Amino acid sequence: MGYTIAEKILLKHSGRKSIKPGEFIQASVDVALANDITAPLAISEFKKSGFKQVFNKNKIVLVPDHFAPAKDLKSANQCKILADFAKEQGIKNYFEIGSMGIEHALLPEKGIVLPGDLVIGADSHTCTYGALGAYATGMGSTDLARAYIDGKCWLKVPASMKFIYRGKLNKWVGGKDLILFTIGQIGVDGALYKVMEFCGPVINKLGMDDRFSICNMAIEAGARAGLIAPDAITKKFVAGFKRKSNFYQSDPDAVYEKTYEWDISKLEPLVACPHLPSNVKSVSSLKDVKVDQVVIGSCTNGRISDLRIAASLLKGKKAASGVKLIIFPATQKIYLQAVKEGLAEIFVKAGGVFSTPTCGPCLGGHMGILTEGEVAIATTNRNFLGRMGSPKSFVYLSNPAVAAASAITGKITHPAKI
Amino acid sequence: MVIKGKVHKFSDDINTDDIIAAKYLVSTDAQELGKHCMETISQNFSQSVSPGDIIVAGRNFGCGSSREHAPVAIKGCGISAVIAKSFAAIFFRNAINIGLPFLESLDVDKINDGDIIEIDLASGIIKNITQDKNYKTQAFPEFLQQIVQSGGLINWVKKCIR
Repeated sequence: MGYTIAEKILLKHSGRKSIKPGEFIQASVDVALANDITAPLAISEFKKSGFKQVFNKNKIVLVPDHFAPAKDLKSANQCKILADFAKEQGIKNYFEIGSMGIEHALLPEKGIVLPGDLVIGADSHTCTYGALGAYATGMGSTDLARAYIDGKCWLKVPASMKFIYRGKLNKWVGGKDLILFTIGQIGVDGALYKVMEFCGPVINKLGMDDRFSICNMAIEAGARAGLIAPDAITKKFVAGFKRKSNFYQSDPDAVYEKTYEWDISKLEPLVACPHLPSNVKSVSSLKDVKVDQVVIGSCTNGRISDLRIAASLLKGKKAASGVKLIIFPATQKIYLQAVKEGLAEIFVKAGGVFSTPTCGPCLGGHMGILTEGEVAIATTNRNFLGRMGSPKSFVYLSNPAVAAASAITGKITHPAKI
Repeated sequence: MVIKGKVHKFSDDINTDDIIAAKYLVSTDAQELGKHCMETISQNFSQSVSPGDIIVAGRNFGCGSSREHAPVAIKGCGISAVIAKSFAAIFFRNAINIGLPFLESLDVDKINDGDIIEIDLASGIIKNITQDKNYKTQAFPEFLQQIVQSGGLINWVKKCIR
């Protein structure tokens, strides 16, 4: 019987002769990632354990991106814990502000995660790296503390589900809409404990930025991981990196627990309404919803192609009166590219805030909290009650084009209307 | 291990922002986090908990973020165990890793808010003392029982390395 790409990666890292869904394995990790809100607990558990030296200082990554640049005293203390630990252990993949970016955009950019890797991260959106054909999965701080000790994690091998996308994408419809569509179809636990494997002719034509958007939100359907098998596009993305990639493909006789197949040719841009990512409606059905804040950025849609799309709509236009427009390039490299291409100027002239990379408002951290009664449309990935601030605020999720269009009109708007 | 307590009932899809809002992720202290457990959806929840009480919830409990602060907050406010129809995967592993007892049961709809129940983790049997009914759940996989019995993941790893 054949293996899926996820099973192949887990098999390789488990040192076993065979593997099947439901089995518990101990697997060696290639990358162990944590950030300023999850690393402090991992570091404290590691220190309490009595072990002095991490298993491999080159495989640990620490990124202060959530509440950084430090939003208050307690956050500053948490950031310092990371900095001190990195220094003490000789961890070179520690990214201070000024070099840090939103972790799930930063790591692929730096070539820290590569195809075929097993990546664990104390952040639920670690699944983003599945777009590279890596097995990347979110875990808790204690899992990371364990990995700091022996470089391993326990895993229950998940079954895989296949998602095939056929047809042709309409203008303004991209990776974010595909994943919103999918979560809308299967629900927030529709892929609970499973691996989502995204494939088909539509996926094959997508660039890496769209692929990262899709895999980023696999967790919002309850999945352990979301993968896209590597192809020429992936290979080109990782071409310059030193460490060796392993390019796995699913076997033709691999077993999938369930297969979904959709023709997406009629899809228009989609929006997830409060308060679940699965509460998905077409953008046209929401044209009377007023917005107070527009957020463009995050690990879901803060990459250069996202900013280019937003800028193409905002060029020569202004955010509507009363709309707070906040834009976050996900890394310093993307930030500079946006400046170089004139996108930053477009955003500022449109009356927008162009911010240093940070997770910021996505999780109600800082840089744009909502108060009671406020409505935001954001290119982020989660809109639970109170996600961006007050439990009496409302968050809609969309792609960058819809967000930019909505900033101009002050209401949720189809980009074609601009 | 037998746990007995009063039930606090919750619905489906209780997420990690419900359990502990992001603004509190500047602390790792269980007591401090416990004060704010479920604050967004049930303002006085932590004050209403007596030590030993039990959360009973629907599907997909703990969905959303990987924040380990979620089961830590639940433990910190005095909850002794969680029973749900199903658990989100990262919350599931966090709960095991820190030793928060939990069980999956499809009979949660039959349990009411305020019921006194008793859970036997080894056998997987839930006794509803208020309603005089019993429910059977599946016993935990052996490997996960090892972690819980060791007192959490780090203790288990230390034992293995020895």
